[in-house]
Order: sequence, then C-alpha cells, then structure tokens
Amino acid sequence: MAKVILTPKKVPELMLEAPCITTDAFAKKTPAQIADLEVREGKIPFKLGEYFEIVGNPGESAAETEIEIAGDCSRVKYIGTKMTAGLITVKGNADMYTGGWMKGGKIHIVGDVHSFCGIAMEGGDILVDGNAQNHVGCAYRGDWRGMRGGTIRIRGSAGNDIGTFMLGGTIIIEKEVFIHVSTHAEGGTVIIKGNVTGRVGGQMVKGDIYVLGKIQHILPGFTKVDQVRKEVDGQTFTLDHYIGDLGERHPKSKGKEIFANLYVRAAA
Amino acid sequence: MTEILITHGFVIDPTQNINGDVADVAIRDGKIVDTVGSGAKVIDAKGKVVMAGGVDVHSHVAGPKVNVGRLMRPEDKLFKSPMAQEKFRMESGFSVPSVFKTGYDYARMGYGFVMEAAMPPIHSPHVHEEIHDTPIIDEAALPVFGNNWFVMEYLRNKEVENTAAYIAWLIRVTKGFGVKVVNPGGTAAWAWGLNCLKLDDKVPYFEITPSEIITGLLQANEYLGLPHSVHLHQNDLGNPGNFLTTIDSLKLAEGIKTKNKFGRTQVMHSTHIQFHAYGGENWGNFESKAKDVMDYVNKAKNITVDLGCVTLDETTTMTADGPFEHHLHSLNHIKWANTDVELETAAGVVPYVYDKDIRVCATQWAIGLELGLYAKDPERVFITTDHPNAGPFTRYPRVISWLMCRKARDATLNTFRHKDKVIEATTLDSIDRELTLYEIAQMTRSGPARCLGLSKMYGGLAPGMNADVAVFDLNYKSMPTDPVAIEKALQRAALFVKSGEIVVRDGTVLSHGHKKTVWVNVKMPENPQVVRDITQCFTRDYTVGINNYPVRDYLAPHPYVIDVDVEA
Repeated sequence: MAKVILTPKKVPELMLEAPCITTDAFAKKTPAQIADLEVREGKIPFKLGEYFEIVGNPGESAAETEIEIAGDCSRVKYIGTKMTAGLITVKGNADMYTGGWMKGGKIHIVGDVHSFCGIAMEGGDILVDGNAQNHVGCAYRGDWRGMRGGTIRIRGSAGNDIGTFMLGGTIIIEKEVFIHVSTHAEGGTVIIKGNVTGRVGGQMVKGDIYVLGKIQHILPGFTKVDQVRKEVDGQTFTLDHYIGDLGERHPKSKGKEIFANLYVRAAA
Repeated sequence: MTEILITHGFVIDPTQNINGDVADVAIRDGKIVDTVGSGAKVIDAKGKVVMAGGVDVHSHVAGPKVNVGRLMRPEDKLFKSPMAQEKFRMESGFSVPSVFKTGYDYARMGYGFVMEAAMPPIHSPHVHEEIHDTPIIDEAALPVFGNNWFVMEYLRNKEVENTAAYIAWLIRVTKGFGVKVVNPGGTAAWAWGLNCLKLDDKVPYFEITPSEIITGLLQANEYLGLPHSVHLHQNDLGNPGNFLTTIDSLKLAEGIKTKNKFGRTQVMHSTHIQFHAYGGENWGNFESKAKDVMDYVNKAKNITVDLGCVTLDETTTMTADGPFEHHLHSLNHIKWANTDVELETAAGVVPYVYDKDIRVCATQWAIGLELGLYAKDPERVFITTDHPNAGPFTRYPRVISWLMCRKARDATLNTFRHKDKVIEATTLDSIDRELTLYEIAQMTRSGPARCLGLSKMYGGLAPGMNADVAVFDLNYKSMPTDPVAIEKALQRAALFVKSGEIVVRDGTVLSHGHKKTVWVNVKMPENPQVVRDITQCFTRDYTVGINNYPVRDYLAPHPYVIDVDVEA
C-alpha cells in the first residue's frame, strides 16, 4: 500500500470540513494535486495544503492507498466520507461525521471521535480506540435510511442515539452507552459490553441488540421470552432474551410476526 | 432602462406562428418592441433558439406546506445544496428547495412566471411572504375553494351568485389569482376521517357531493369572468381504476361556456392528470388509461390539462388532499405531516421515492409521457411535474427530452427492472411520436399563458408583451441527436431576460431582477348576504378576526393587479 502522510500545520479557527480526505480522492494524485483539494472553513473554501503538510504518493487506486494523519484532527470533519477502499489512520482525535456514508475500506482513529461516526455507512470497518460521542452509525437527521452494512467498533464508551434507523451491519461499543439504542431499527446488530441507561430498541422492528452490562430501564414494549446461551463477539454468555418493540409492527411483516431481539446478560 | 436587441436567433413563438425563423427580438423598458435604437445592447444569438420565458401553470413553491416539507426533510438538502454563487444567496434543497434556489433554478431554465398552485386562504400572508422572497420570477397563487365551508353551504343551496361573491371577496383579500379545487369534498370529509372517492359521495354534515361542488364552482368562475378557469385537482387521486372518475369530472365542464376578457378558452383546467389516468383494480393489475383520458381531453375543447410527469426521483409529496397523503403514508411508512386548516382545507406532506425498479413507479413514469404524446392540441396540454409531487421542477428539461426523443425514453425504459411489465401495462412502447420544440413551446409557454388568462403578458414574443426572453444553446436547424444535450441546453439557458433585464447568462444568475406578484382584484357590487355571512363566521368560527385576515399591501410590495369588473 502506498502511504500518504498528512501532518497538521495549523489548527483551524472554525471547524474544517474536509470530505476530500479519502483514499478515493487521493488515489492517482501527486502530493501537489492533493494539496490543491478543496476544504471549507465555515463557508469559505481553502486548499487542503494550507492545513496539512502532505508527504508521500498515493497508489493507483483507493484500495492501494493508505492515508495517515500524523496528528490531532479534533477540528476536522468528514474524514473518509463515502470512501470505498483503502485505509485511513488518524493518530489523534477526529471530529464529526468520520467515516460517514462509507462503502468500504478501513478507518482507524487512535483517539476519540465526535458525533455521527459512521453515519449511514454501507460497508467497511471503523475502529475507534477512544470514545465516541452521540449518533454512532445512525441515519442522517431526518432520513429513514440508516447504517446498512460494515462494522463500527468503539473501544471506549458512546453517548446517545446509537444505530438509529439501522438496517444492517454491526456496531460494537466496548464500554457504556447513555440512551437510545437502535431506535426505529429494521435490522443490524448492536453489541454493548458496558451498561446502558435505557431506552434500548424503541420502535425497533427487526435486528438484534446485545447488552453485556446492565440496562437500567428496559422499555415496556419489550417482553422476556426465554434465556439462551450465545456467542457474542467471541465469548459465550447466558442471556435473557426479550422481543419487541410490541408497540410497533414491522411494515412489511404481512401478517407474519417479526420482532427485534434484545439480549441482556443474565444475572449470575 | 436599457434597450436590448437579441439578433439572429431561431425564434420559436407559437403566439405568432413563428417556427424557427431567424429574426431579431427587440426589448425596451421591460417590453418587447418592434425596433430599438442604435444604442441598444446587442446580443448575438446566432445558432441558438430564442423563446419566450416559460410559464409554469402548477407548482408548489411557496407557503406553509412547502415550508413543512423543508422542515421535515433536512436530508433533502444533504449533498444537494451547491455552494452559493458569489454575491448571491445560499441555495439549498432538491425536492423542496429554498425560495432562493426556486427563483434561481426557474430563471436558469428560462421560466418567467410560476403559479403557486394551492394557497390555504388563512395562510395567504405566509404564501405572499415566501413569494416576495423568491427572486426573479413573477408569481401568483391560487387560493383553495373546493372544501371551503362557505362554498359548500352556498352550493348546497344552489346559490351560485353568493358563491361568486364569496370567491370575489376571498381572492381580493388573499391577493389570490383564481379558483383552485383540491379533492372537492374529500378534504372536508377528511376531518371525519373519511374521503370522497366518487363524484356522488356525500360530504358529511354539508350533504353535498363533489360533482355539485365542481359544477357550482365552474358556474361561479364564469359568472365572475376570472382570468383563469377552475383549476381542478380531482377526486380519487393516485388510485388504480380512477380514470373513470377523472373522465366523469371532466364531463362536468360540458355545456359550460367561457366568459372572460382575457383570451382564455377553457372552463376547467385539470391538473396533474397523470395521477388520474390509472386503470386496473389494485396495485397488482395497475395499468395505464392515458389513451382513454386523452381521447376525451382531445375532444373537449373547453378543457386544459397539465401532465404531472413522474421523474423517478426521491421527492416530497405535498397536497391539500389530506386523505391521500395519509393513504400514501400507509403505503410507504415514511414520515407524515398532516394539518387541518380551519374552515377552509387541510394538507399533508409525505416524502416519496419514485424508484425506477418498482413497477408502479415506472408505470407512472410511462403514463405521464403517454399523456403528453397523445396530446393532439399542445396548446391545451402543459408540461409540469406537479412540483414537487411527481418530481422537482428542475427536471422539466429531462421531461422535455423524453417527450422529444424516443431514444431518451427507450434509454430510460431499458434501465427498468420491470421493463416488460411496464411495456405491458402502458402503450408508451408503441408510440413513436417525438414532440418538436415548437410543440414544447406551446406546452410550456403560449398554452399555459393563455390558460391562465395572461396571454397578453407572458408566453410570447409579440410587441407589447413582457420582455421575458430565453435563449437556449440549441441549433434548431440541426437539433442534437443526443437527448442529454437537449436536457443540458434547457437546464441552463444561454441567456434569460426577465422583464427587460438580463438575469441569467450561461446558467449563471446575474441579477435578482424585478419580480412581481400577480393578483386579481375582482370588483363586484356588494352582496349583503355574503357580507353578513362572512362577518358572522369570523365572529363565530374563525380563530382570527376579520381585520387580521386580509393580506396587507406590504406583503406583496411589487404587485401587478389585474382588475376584473363583474356586472351585476
């Protein structure tokens, strides 16, 4: 893989919108051409080269390209937007919409991500070593089509609204989550290894949620049906199995009952 | 104002029977004139087509329901909002664009006049505020009458004169333009959770049928002699097998004579006819009845229609047909907004995805084009997409390229998953007709202008008319064989002169122009009963006082008022 290293030169005064930081946009370009890509600070367009020092040549295609951002991107939004292949590593934090609408490839954030990580993602992998804020793998605001595929793994904790309108794919959060998990979901899997405050699976009609910690309040729309032993992310647990949300009906169930599954680790 | 001379273009002007003759168009003080002085700014349009500014007869571009659409669909703006042109306003949205994008995009396509197709009377101040905020294009708005309590009560008692007096009052106070009827009776029935799908379904409480409402309003409209006819959105929209109701409603215009001083020849304009030309009994055997509907329309000289072509985009439906929107929501399960407008109407908003790989959507697409291709008199059949219900208005050039090129239709048809079923359910594949640019000019310029009673101002290039002139980069003598080139040329006018000012050049907006709000001031002798009824109703039923109801003059600061004197 041909590697391009971006070193931040200055901290933008406003948030920097840089959807051009993708392997697709970089492929086949010279460092000078990459530096010429457009980013926006507020509503004013600037060049990528004004914010980053760019070293190295990308590959012939997105799949052969690796981008390393050697520094903090706490104020850089939209890294890896709509990316289809290749690898992006951020050696620090990243701002909102990291890996949004992503179709393939891998993004590794060594620090934390802000909200909307992996929004409406269709494929690929996102790995966040730190924490995520809200709206991990959710749908764009107003949209009814959320994450369709791929995997998001957050090694830390996450905020609220995880996997809203989710249709497929997997979200794994290794520590705790606040509220609203898989609201309106019609598919996909969410695994939460820590505790959740509540409102898990509201209006969810299909898909699976695994909670290996505790849920403070299980929604009244969920009812316990049995206890199962299942493998979750490589380990086997005894889980209480709930179905729901009984207040919602799957729009395309056509008489056949379809429910979402909520698995909560059984008390020892 | 400066003088402009557009020289050597292929002029297409159906109002003067000019079909591609190389001629000059002279402009002075916002009007077309015969000649201009030697100091005029000369624009060479050699090898390009010169037409009048487009006239859109039916489009939802301003008002509360459009705003609800904008609010409930932030995703409609995502990746679809280009950077603002320097010194111009931000443009956002696709199916429900911001007012600025609306004005700019219409101007880029060379449109000079747009009719906002449904204004809830009580919210008319909001409609006028948005119209005023829309740059460049002239606009007017049609208040809705089909489910109005006054109208239904008067017409139940067969009081056409009182209805006319009420219409005159309402059009005046709302600064409206004509009589819009949306799902007559059905929207009122929606307050009881019901609908009127047939012409003889009774409206609860009011005990009146849709056919009585339509007939009464047709008579009242001609009694007043308004510039525009009744503008009818029929009952039973969008349901399989509705074409019989459609033809029955069109038949209600039989025997009604036009009476107006504006050159209008029709008594009924039936809008977005595509949604009303469906056969079959359910979505399984849903099929086109475009031929049946157009056979009737072609015969009936006192009817005009607009197409409402499906453009196969993700869009936002919005209509005063409240029950239909609920029906649509229960089909697609996407978000739904619904409102009741006190005493007057209701409305609903639902996003909708016309997916080319869904058989019904693809069939709807074919029906819209069939209707246009079966039109024998293009002066009475107009191109619309019922923006944004069947697709955004920015797709007009694409619709035109489909109508003009069989190749373009085939290319789209070949991408359908259910191509064979679409061919089976419609007759589109058997139609070889390709409309000419002259016919397109009739369907988008002279025809709609005459239908709206505005043929002295818009839709043509005769001296004395408004100087709305669009120049497109199309060589009329050797039209491009590639439909995409036609679409591209029509999407971005090479030049657009609006009211004598150059507002667009090569698809770039140059000026906010001088927009006008056109409204009709109906003057008729005071009708004491109607005055008393209105006063009483405002005291008893309305949540607003009668003095707070009218649209103030400052809300329409650039009016063009059409006076209509009604003799007693």
